[in-house]
Amino acid sequence: MSPLVEIRNLSKVYVRGKQKLEVLHHINLDIAQGDFLALMGPSGSGKTTLLNLIGGLDSPTDGTLTVAGQRIDRLGQSELARWRAGHVGFVFQFYNLLPMLSATKNVELPLLLTKLPAAKRRSHAAVALELVGLADRATHKPGELSGGQQQRVAIARAIVSDPTLLVCDEPTGDLDRQSAVEVLTLLQRLNREHGKTIVMVTHDPKAAEYATHTLHLDKGTLVETAEAVAQAVS
Amino acid sequence: MKYLGLVWSALFRRKTRTIFTLLSVVAAFLLFGLLNSVRDAFASAGHSVAGASRLITISKVSFMMELPKSIYTRIQAVPGVSEVAYINWFGGIYQDPKNFFANEAVSPNLFDVYPEFKLPAAELKAFQQTRTGAVVGASLAAHFHWKIGDQIPLQATIFPQKSGSNTWTFDLVGIYHVANRSEKQQENALFFHWKYFDEARAFGNGKVGWYVEKIAQPKDADRIAAAIDALSANSDHETKTQSEDAFQTSFASQFANIGLIVGSIMGAVFFTLVLLTGNTMAQAVRERIPELAILKTIGFSNRSVLALVLAESVLLLMIGGAAGLALADLAVSFIRARLGAVPMLPVGLESWLLGLALMALIGLLVGALPARRGMRLRIVDALAGR
Repeated sequence: MSPLVEIRNLSKVYVRGKQKLEVLHHINLDIAQGDFLALMGPSGSGKTTLLNLIGGLDSPTDGTLTVAGQRIDRLGQSELARWRAGHVGFVFQFYNLLPMLSATKNVELPLLLTKLPAAKRRSHAAVALELVGLADRATHKPGELSGGQQQRVAIARAIVSDPTLLVCDEPTGDLDRQSAVEVLTLLQRLNREHGKTIVMVTHDPKAAEYATHTLHLDKGTLVETAEAVAQAVS
Repeated sequence: MKYLGLVWSALFRRKTRTIFTLLSVVAAFLLFGLLNSVRDAFASAGHSVAGASRLITISKVSFMMELPKSIYTRIQAVPGVSEVAYINWFGGIYQDPKNFFANEAVSPNLFDVYPEFKLPAAELKAFQQTRTGAVVGASLAAHFHWKIGDQIPLQATIFPQKSGSNTWTFDLVGIYHVANRSEKQQENALFFHWKYFDEARAFGNGKVGWYVEKIAQPKDADRIAAAIDALSANSDHETKTQSEDAFQTSFASQFANIGLIVGSIMGAVFFTLVLLTGNTMAQAVRERIPELAILKTIGFSNRSVLALVLAESVLLLMIGGAAGLALADLAVSFIRARLGAVPMLPVGLESWLLGLALMALIGLLVGALPARRGMRLRIVDALAGR
């Protein structure tokens, strides 16, 4: 069975003025369907860049990136936008909810891009909020919710359109320990009970423990062994 | 429609700022509605119910030059002319110069040439039998609380009496009405006898300001106009016979180029509005860059983001503009009801259509740059705060 995400010789070079900065070097990686992968590494190691490429937020400079059998490295901006809408859910460190919309309206946002009628959109959003345990906060705006609750609304928004893949960039980075545990438990439940494939970037080894396995990045290269990790850290 | 909630909530994200911007849009379109009402009133001044069935003959040299009364019978004899009236602009002042209204010395058959001026038979008879009699429009009478039997003194600004007095006193013997609502402006005039005027005035005797010809067949208007002008060809009083519309426009333009004045004011108002709302929109989008990036992250295309920002600025203009025009309509109705004798027409369909087009145009204009910025932002840079 072919992996859900198949990355071959993936490189990313940023050009800033006259400088070229190679952030990722020839990455090869497979992520199986139903996997919960934690990506760890020091700041500047390229983990967020890799996550952005997997989520279709950016395009690689070189190499191939296939998700669910589709080469997304070849897609243009409009096609990538359409692809993201149908295949990926995003969770960020700072929640990134729209402050003027209620929890329900925030969760409904991805569904605006579908042909679902308003009533269906509302019921889907209600189900997603129920799943993250926030049915009673549906009408609250982000400013009226705690950080942990906001992040759970963001997770509801990420899963409401039933995406193939969830990408999470430091989802607990702005949360206290208790809220972090709640969010990580929720992600773990989505992975185990609902079969969601999750790729999560984190600095926190405790957060990584919730994943099914962990990969380390250092200076744009994947380092998988404990020795390599030790070397990278030292 | 499904994006309306999103656009609406983005618009009112900063309520105070949006409300103040809306108020400026309301004020701009209120002014637009009022000024356009004045412009329409002047533009429609020549739109008579009789239309092309009336012609006006004035001096070819200038509207201010008078014509000899002696050509009256010759004009009457032109084939196709069924009735001829003559009029002199008097320019009298009632009590105060700000009480401006048209007052004219007219021939006794004026109401035959202007059948849309409805004067009861008894009052018409009284007018024809009273040397110092005057007839006023209903709007003007209502404004000054005049009633039949009142004496109306006017101070002459052009024509003193032979006695040296500038005061002309008229006996109000009739009040005429104009049935058509859009022609109510025509009720703001006072008419008195040309014969009395000509006998009593100190100078200019035997001359009239202009002739008004009622013609039997509007299709013959060109031929009749040429025939009338031919009567005075190569004389010292050559004439120009024109349609009523053309005459009214040239008459109004004696005072000022209303269209130019109104256009200039509106241009300045809308230019200021563009700067103001443009700044607001730019600020609003700048603050929302991360939110726009999120929309793009979850799958909104560049075009969708462009459309959302443009829709927001157009909605801002539409709400404020519609409120402003509605207020202008109410204000015009109020002013007309209270003051009567003002050159203003109700805010009509044309004003609304023009207003809506301006709202959409200004909305697109002020939203264009912020929308372009939103469309072109790179997600990864925006999310990273770069």
